[in-house]
Amino acid sequence: MKRFVLPLILLTVLLTSCGPVDLNAPMPIYETGIDPNSWVPIPAGEFYFGQHEHIESTLAYQIMVTDVTVSQYADFLNSALADGSVKFVNDEIVGFYPGDIFRGFEHEEEIKAGDWVFIPLDDPSQRVEFEDLTFSAQSGYENHPMTMVSWFGAWGYCDYYGYRLPTEMEWEKAARGTDERPFPWGEEITRENANFYASRDPFEDMSNVGSRTSPVGFYNGKKFGNYQTLDSASPYGLYDMAGNVWQWTGNVYEDMHYRFMRGGSKDTYEMDLRLWVRNNATPTYVSPGVGFRCVKD
Amino acid sequence: MEAFSKRFNYLFGSTKGLILVAISMVAIITAVWGMLSGPMAELGVRDVVVKTLGMDMVQTEREGRIIILYHTIAMAIIAIETYMVTSLIKMKEFYKIAVRVLITVGYLMAMIFGMGFAYFGHNWAFHGLYITGLALIFFAGILLTIALSPWNPKYHNTDKEYAHTKKGIDLERMAFFATALTTVLSAMFGAVPGSFYGNGFETFLAENIIRMPHKTVLEYSVIGHLHIMLALIAIMLTLIIGRWLNFKGTWHKIAMPLMILGTIVLNLGVWGVVTPLQPAAHMVIYVGATPSMLAALFLLIWSWRKLIRDGTEHLEKPTFGQKFSALLRDPLKFGPTWQMLFMNFTTSFIGIFMAIRLDEIFRVWPAREERIELTGHWHVLSAIIATIILMYYGDMIGLKGKVRQWYGWGLIILSDVAFAAVTIFEMKRLFITEAVQQPLVNALMYTMDFGLAMLLLLLAIVLAWRLVDLFKSKGRWTEEVEHELVDEVMK
Repeated sequence: MKRFVLPLILLTVLLTSCGPVDLNAPMPIYETGIDPNSWVPIPAGEFYFGQHEHIESTLAYQIMVTDVTVSQYADFLNSALADGSVKFVNDEIVGFYPGDIFRGFEHEEEIKAGDWVFIPLDDPSQRVEFEDLTFSAQSGYENHPMTMVSWFGAWGYCDYYGYRLPTEMEWEKAARGTDERPFPWGEEITRENANFYASRDPFEDMSNVGSRTSPVGFYNGKKFGNYQTLDSASPYGLYDMAGNVWQWTGNVYEDMHYRFMRGGSKDTYEMDLRLWVRNNATPTYVSPGVGFRCVKD
Repeated sequence: MEAFSKRFNYLFGSTKGLILVAISMVAIITAVWGMLSGPMAELGVRDVVVKTLGMDMVQTEREGRIIILYHTIAMAIIAIETYMVTSLIKMKEFYKIAVRVLITVGYLMAMIFGMGFAYFGHNWAFHGLYITGLALIFFAGILLTIALSPWNPKYHNTDKEYAHTKKGIDLERMAFFATALTTVLSAMFGAVPGSFYGNGFETFLAENIIRMPHKTVLEYSVIGHLHIMLALIAIMLTLIIGRWLNFKGTWHKIAMPLMILGTIVLNLGVWGVVTPLQPAAHMVIYVGATPSMLAALFLLIWSWRKLIRDGTEHLEKPTFGQKFSALLRDPLKFGPTWQMLFMNFTTSFIGIFMAIRLDEIFRVWPAREERIELTGHWHVLSAIIATIILMYYGDMIGLKGKVRQWYGWGLIILSDVAFAAVTIFEMKRLFITEAVQQPLVNALMYTMDFGLAMLLLLLAIVLAWRLVDLFKSKGRWTEEVEHELVDEVMK
């Protein structure tokens, strides 16, 4: 009998990996008190940029205090669909993008002017729903960051309202302020600072759905149920600049089609939440762990 | 005092003692620093370790710390291979002693002061001593290369069973020489950018810049360096295993020229990445890797045939089952070449698949996904190298009977289970989306952790046994003082 114990344990473990994942499993609903429609001004001037703290500077701009929420994105889609700025193609919402200069560099792919996918609607992770000719946020996800949105979809949202995506420098300055801190709130990271992989927040269930997004502005020092958060705003008062979702940035670099993301996410370890860490993907990439916010001049 | 002196002489003066010390040092580093990441971090163990040991973990310096950590482990592995080479291959006694002294002092300095500098505050004297350690290892490499020179008639080999030229130059020795020489040269491809980036601490991990379309010469140099050094460690180990098993015959005569050719071409390809020939370098690397891998395959074929032949020689007409049983009879002799074969499924084939479908599949995914594949890829390769070394070590310390079986099969099964899980984890995006991956990730993590933890436990038991043995006045260590690996080569 003994000889079967180990294989049986291993088999049990492997069988648990075959269990279905309930993407709509119940989740706590909290109002964080942080207004996703609010903006903060970032003054012009120098700041420490990147891991090696090079001194760079930006002009003045304003940036959203939180990531764009699912509700905000649904509102955008309703308006944009009504005036023809976006349209359905199969199960996707697509919109026009004017294209990039293409030089045919090694690994570079051409981004032509034309319609590109903003969001897929048929993906079970999509939290924007379309019923009765209206877009709306899935119940419980209204104040969560908009995810499953491509770079084009993020660009399209900002552009529609006359905003734009932040450059990497603008993003980092807004997150870091003018000192050399590695995280928006300071030097060290604890589980109560941000939503990252296995951070034991009230939204994650590591035995099934894994890490899930938290409402924007969740880590604001308030207590939600039995869960006490730490106020983790950036020096300029921005929330979720580390963790929760990666955020698309606006730079289009020469000789590459990749778009860059910042901030780490619910699916990454703490090391990726450091302010200078970059991630990138093709602009059509969508993920339950990628969102965005906008800036305006 | 005499007791201490005798043990010191064993640990730092004998081949098996030196190897034991180096394995122990790597085991300690792996056990402690393995608690700083992955599941151990999730469980909160990292915080306890950091606090207990008083580590200074500045966020901006993580990449630099990891580079030093990788180098200290690699230096100990190179030292182990050097001890094996100097014990297996004929050379002047002066060279043997000089190489061993230099590399032992070198890797211990690099390890102790490097880790001291990286993780326990920035004592710049430690940094200097770390660099000194690396420099000593470099000098040891130069001396080893000279010592392995195949042109001295004293080292010629005209035995028909072994590969040699018409003039009697031993081609196996030539392969050792080529590997040592190219290792020394390739080390400079890390030393030069290391000096540059170290002077200002603008360090980076290669996997984080892999998608940048424009890389500097020194960035290419770093990428080339880490690839070729690991490949050369693997090639040298293949040669060592071949010598231990007494690789000979027709397969040997085909394999050795291929090994020499592969090593040289592979290196030329990697060095080419820092030249204007960079666009063609990958093709040269593929061309070089092919003969090296073929040579390893020929070693595998020869050694498996020999295991089967030796295990069935008492039978007149052995059945397939009897042959199979003979092949698997001794896990420590079967294991090294099996691990080389298994490596293809976890690293080589994955690497080739990635290269072929890079833009269609892997570069569509986020860079962080690609990073998982890259780091998983070379972690597995490094760990496979470690298991092969441990198999040889198990044989050289005379494990017999059931202990040999448990140790050997434990190494094979536990490591392969873990490496298979790592490989599936790396490639999971091919068949599962982020949204529904968690149960699979959990199962793979449990499997990996189980395999690796049990493997470390197995190693810990062996090391504890060797530690206890050191306290005995007539322990096994007293016999091992005079042992040389060349005397234990299979007949």
